[in-house]
Amino acid sequence: MMTLKDVCCKKTVKVVRLSGEGPVKRRIMDMGITKGVDVFVRKVAPFGDPVEVTVRGYELSLRKADAEMILVE
Amino acid sequence: MSVKIALAGNPNSGKTTLFNALTGSNQFVGNWPGVTVEKKEGRLKGHKDVIIIDLPGIYSLSPYTLEEVVARNYLINDRPDAIINIVDGTNIERNLYLSTQILELGIPVIMAVNMMDIVKKNGDEIRIARLGEKLGCEVVEISALKGTGITEAVKKAVAIAQTKTVSEIKHEFCKEAEEIIQRVEDKLSGIVTDGQKRFFAVKLLEKDEKIQTQISSMPDIAEDIKELEEKFEDDTESIITNERYCYISSIIGDCVKKNRAGKLTLSDKIDRVVTNRWLALPIFAIVMWVVYYVSVTTVGTFATDWTNDVLFGDIIPPAIENILVSVNCAGWLEGLILDGIVAGVGAVLGFVPQMFVLFIFLAFLESCGYMARVAFIMDRIFRKFGLSGKSFIPMLIGTGCSVPGVMASRTIENDRDRKMTVMTTTFIPCGAKLPIIALIAGALFDEASWVAPSAYFVGIAAVICSGIILKKTKMFAGDPAPFVMELPAYHMPTAGNIFRSMWERGWSFIKKAGTVILLSTILLWFLMSFGWADGSFGMLEADQLDSSILAVIGNFIAPLFKPLGWGDWKMAVAAVTGLIAKENVVGTFGILFGFAEVAEDGTEIWGQLAGSMTAVAAYSFLVFNLLCAPCFAAMGAIKREMNNPKWFWFAIGYQTGLAYAVSLCVYQIGNIISGGGFGLGTIVAVILMIGFGYLMVRPYKESRTLNAGQKAMVPAR
Repeated sequence: MMTLKDVCCKKTVKVVRLSGEGPVKRRIMDMGITKGVDVFVRKVAPFGDPVEVTVRGYELSLRKADAEMILVE
Repeated sequence: MSVKIALAGNPNSGKTTLFNALTGSNQFVGNWPGVTVEKKEGRLKGHKDVIIIDLPGIYSLSPYTLEEVVARNYLINDRPDAIINIVDGTNIERNLYLSTQILELGIPVIMAVNMMDIVKKNGDEIRIARLGEKLGCEVVEISALKGTGITEAVKKAVAIAQTKTVSEIKHEFCKEAEEIIQRVEDKLSGIVTDGQKRFFAVKLLEKDEKIQTQISSMPDIAEDIKELEEKFEDDTESIITNERYCYISSIIGDCVKKNRAGKLTLSDKIDRVVTNRWLALPIFAIVMWVVYYVSVTTVGTFATDWTNDVLFGDIIPPAIENILVSVNCAGWLEGLILDGIVAGVGAVLGFVPQMFVLFIFLAFLESCGYMARVAFIMDRIFRKFGLSGKSFIPMLIGTGCSVPGVMASRTIENDRDRKMTVMTTTFIPCGAKLPIIALIAGALFDEASWVAPSAYFVGIAAVICSGIILKKTKMFAGDPAPFVMELPAYHMPTAGNIFRSMWERGWSFIKKAGTVILLSTILLWFLMSFGWADGSFGMLEADQLDSSILAVIGNFIAPLFKPLGWGDWKMAVAAVTGLIAKENVVGTFGILFGFAEVAEDGTEIWGQLAGSMTAVAAYSFLVFNLLCAPCFAAMGAIKREMNNPKWFWFAIGYQTGLAYAVSLCVYQIGNIISGGGFGLGTIVAVILMIGFGYLMVRPYKESRTLNAGQKAMVPAR
């Protein structure tokens, strides 16, 4: 299955599931990336990481390593 | 009777603006016990009996970040009489997530929807009455920036605090989850009060270990957790987070009407340019250049030079001297007052104007939203060595002066990243180290052009290697650092808030760092100006430094530096006086070699210095002075930022230890290359280098739990 890390810029995807557990997963979910929510990948930082996404109407930046935990479709 | 009201809300929700508007100048800024998280308390303007507590900005009440733990421990254990929950109206969905958790605490809550002016300007609508109905608490519209609605909000908070009306919990999860939560709540009967049952039930289901330590007896809920996890095929923590957002999504359509369908706001347009793939770096470079140029090279330097050279050079000392002479003051007392105290106070205050200039910039960058973008842009590079993208600014400022550099680390939220930045910023050669570089380059390297750049290279290498080594140590392995960061919308900050932030930071430096600097300067003054001359102990003339107590100490510790190539007591003394200010190293050499005054780069003593040590030893001396414990002012800043004696001494010890080890390697290896003999020192150097190599490459795993500062936060019951 595809993860958020593989999504190209300017695409909107729907979150299916989050893999892993613990603080990082909780933090990602606390910030509103939960099952079924739409995530728009806005841009990638100049050095290629992290990425900026729009979720629940605001801008969030996360590292690609963490984006890998988010399964999307 | 006094009423305590806590302000709780997300970062960037305008909490601090509201706090400032409510309390004005009646504020006390301190730290939460045992941790470096800032604590602000104040009294409501015009109502002395109403105390307002500004909790750290948080996104959730999870047990994973220091701020969240501090905030929730306060809410659970100190139980304020009421909470004002500030919600950013322009970003309401995520803000309500925290609200659903706060509403479970069993404390009266007023929800203040902030930034209503912007919401209305965007053409959006928030039906606050409907929102209140759905969440079970009173909701008011405010604009903290414009000051509208805030008196009403606080009045209502005081009213519910006095009547103790705890709102009913209206938000609910899906039926299966609710049933299980209800069962756990029943098991908690008699253990916690009725109002707190929901909160504890949810936290216990989330397997929150820190909450388990706060209740007297732990009910057996293993079965309930298992059932919940099986039903939802997920872990309980995620199930509950999901359920909260599900409830919010279900009410949001009814309560909020959004006008802009895909329309770009002004903030979006700015962001498009500022973090654009191609423009981001040039813009970043320009912004950094302006910050550096104004706060370090022009206005800042002018202000600092003026305070150091004119105010504490030409104006105050002669004035005091005149007074002292006119009252026939004893020579030693005059020395103490002028060279000890006045010079010490000057050392503290000299940096303040420059710091104020820098703090204005930092406050502006932070509150306008650009600072988050700095972290976004630089993260990729800095996180490799355990630093934050925001560490760039402290390092940049550090090339001018380490003191404001260390203070600039305040903008880094993550505790571990901040401590790492504080420890490593002083490795970057500051302006005061340049005369040492010039002295060594001129005296022993024929003013070779590679010496100065190599000093910067050593500094940067020390930062990088330290980052890699330290992030693997026990001290830093404590808390995880997920870089999941909000990029707040750009907005224009108010001048009032910027100046307040500048003043708070500057004042905290004067207060906390001042004492260390003053005491150390006085002590060193004593060691330098007293000694055994002409057969008796007494105060010395300036050119009798070689008879001072410091010289005796220098003689005593000099053998320590023998393996580094400069075992002469003069070098040791020069290195010690560098603690007052690094440029003193040059001046001390001047005195010790018999010159009353030397040029900034010490041209007069080049010949003598060249005669007293080899080139390799001189480079080792330079490296030691670049890396070792910084001047007292910078140490004071480190102490202020670490806010913990253990961490302070760890930082100073690490810096000095690293300086010693690196200088030793430089001298011993350099000696071999330049044809010197092989000896015990060479073996030590080789072992040290292997050790370095091991520390750099040894495997490590980032811890996934938060330990740092925890013990201090669990209250004694």
